[in-house]
Amino acid sequence: MVIAVAMDSREGDPLPWIDAAKPTYPTLIDREHRLAELYGIVNVPQAVWIDEAGRIVRPAEPAGAYEGFRQMNRATREMPEEVARRTAQAKTLYLDAIRDWARNGERSAYAFTPEQARAHLPAVTEDAATAQALFRLAQVLIRRGERDEAERWIREASRLHPDSWCIWRQGAGVTELGLAAQPDFWERVDGLGAKRYYAPVDMPGMP
Amino acid sequence: MVTLLTESGEHEVTGAEPSTEALWCSARDALQATGWEAKPEGLCKGDVCVPLPAGRARELVDGGRINLAALSRHLGQPAVRSERGHVWVLSESARERRAVLASLEAPDFALPDPSGRMHRLSDYRGKKVFLVTWASW
Repeated sequence: MVIAVAMDSREGDPLPWIDAAKPTYPTLIDREHRLAELYGIVNVPQAVWIDEAGRIVRPAEPAGAYEGFRQMNRATREMPEEVARRTAQAKTLYLDAIRDWARNGERSAYAFTPEQARAHLPAVTEDAATAQALFRLAQVLIRRGERDEAERWIREASRLHPDSWCIWRQGAGVTELGLAAQPDFWERVDGLGAKRYYAPVDMPGMP
Repeated sequence: MVTLLTESGEHEVTGAEPSTEALWCSARDALQATGWEAKPEGLCKGDVCVPLPAGRARELVDGGRINLAALSRHLGQPAVRSERGHVWVLSESARERRAVLASLEAPDFALPDPSGRMHRLSDYRGKKVFLVTWASW
């Protein structure tokens, strides 16, 4: 089954999307980014595969996402054909892999063995643990109307855990479409250089 | 009063005074929020007991109260607070998070759906779960 979790601190923000999707599965809202704390989530979409016994089969990893947007024309929003192809390939491959695992369980070629799963666990640093605690602190302060202080803690959290796009984007301003994609977002993306926006996914054929 | 966030959720600790250094709680509040309690062998959470540091016991335990901020520091766990000390967040250390993940037992959580109903991951034990995150931003 699917459990979809919105990493949205402003509770109302994900509601129109959930209404439009008419989901047949639970859609939960994680205002304090608890899943980031527990599973090492640093971006969306990331997913974890969990088997019937509650064991992690594939730890947090980008869920069929490819960072083709980095090569899009920012004025026209057009993407080179090759990049669009790779974006579609990542999505198709990942969805097929989930279906294969749903059918075949641990016999699926996409299900990690426990050793493989452990080898793919996200790194959790002391600074990242502190950052997630500061993020929770900031959410309580925002609910109490203490926004200025909250924003300082979110900036500090992002400084301590720079790999987390969840923290950074949640603290950033949004465009008229509700996307945290103002010029400072693009600056930060460009600052990655050769580093990936979505960590590579260990799956044959994944771009 | 101090608002305290722990692994078990959000708690209003009525007996605690806002402070940026210490978080003194009644034994009852400490147990409810964190699972830690004072016992003859030291401070204990379930079966795990930590001896009080020699010569510094009074920093952690005093007349039935526990200083949860000092305990967190003693355990090497993040303890962060608002500038006025009226909101505290105590969480697990990176070492503990890594150990939980390395066990491959999916950490349980409780989160609300749009109607406010809480769902626990463990409610869905017996099914494969594709736990996927997204965001409006």
